[in-house]
Amino acid sequence: MTIHLAKMRMGMSQMISVITKQSMLIQQDQDVVPFRNRVKECAVKLKMGLVNQTKLITAASELVRNMLKYGRGGQVVIEAVSKRNQFGVRLIFIDKGPGIPDIALAMKDGYSTGKSLGLGLPGTKRLVNEFDIESAVGVGTKVSIIKWCNG
Amino acid sequence: MEKIPILRMGPFLLVTIQVDLYDRLALNLEADLIKTISDTNAKGVLIDISVVSIVDSFMGRIIGNIASMSKILDAETVVVGMQPAVAITLIELGLPLTGVHTALNVERGMELLRAKVNLDDYSSSEDEDGYEPDDQRDY
Ligand SMILES: Nc1ncnc2c1ncn2[C@@H]1O[C@H](COP(=O)(O)OP(=O)(O)OP(=O)(O)O)[C@@H](O)[C@H]1O
Ligand SMILES: [Mg+2]
Repeated sequence: MTIHLAKMRMGMSQMISVITKQSMLIQQDQDVVPFRNRVKECAVKLKMGLVNQTKLITAASELVRNMLKYGRGGQVVIEAVSKRNQFGVRLIFIDKGPGIPDIALAMKDGYSTGKSLGLGLPGTKRLVNEFDIESAVGVGTKVSIIKWCNG
Repeated sequence: MEKIPILRMGPFLLVTIQVDLYDRLALNLEADLIKTISDTNAKGVLIDISVVSIVDSFMGRIIGNIASMSKILDAETVVVGMQPAVAITLIELGLPLTGVHTALNVERGMELLRAKVNLDDYSSSEDEDGYEPDDQRDY
């Protein structure tokens, strides 16, 4: 338990170097597919396997949809990153929407304020290796995820 | 406007999804399919997703909606050709494709539909009211 907590606390800030970085504005539904294609290109360059690629792009799709539906659109940063000898893709979703009042609740399977399935956030967390969410009411929401090539 | 063709094969409808669906296209497909099922009295729907590389909760919900609406109209839905990576991802995402049957390919899907559907009471609406699919009527 102690070890587990220590690991969690180290989080993703630990010695991650950014290899490439690009950013994209997301403002409408039509931006989703081109964005997914960019993520795929990045993953392919790092020779990420097909299953991990699929998990990453699906997670990306969920978060970008949330950003459009609840956050009035925003910005995504797509990065190829490395940590020790691992390579992976990091995505950072930033919106200036209403924010999430109760993150723990929003992370629960089945919780939705949009009459939807409520599995975007918890499902995304399961699909990636590192998941970080910060949100402030009235300010916006920032979600960062990393999928490691061998993760 | 771009449209996904719905093919009629006797009592069944076949839809092949060729592109990663834009949301509006997906919503249109849902509406088109429901209308075609009710117009043609179709008994089954095959949705071929063998070239679809990403199914997220939005797409999953559309497929689920098609299946439950079809059920109300007395038609079964079979999703065919789901890529293994997509299937693995859907499980981890936690997306329940309730009411949706799956099959390896179109042939297997047809077999499954034939086994599931009672065609005794199927009478093509063509016999009754001379239905012609929209795309034939238009030309
Ligand atoms: N970027 C965001 N800004 C504000 N609120 C958000 C944001 N992302 C998620 N939320 C809130 O968190 C809830 C849970 O999100 P989640 O993606 O898990 O489910 P959903 O989008 O409601 O349904 P699904 O993703 O299954 O279609 C949302 O209903 C919404 O209230
Ligand atoms: Mg969502």
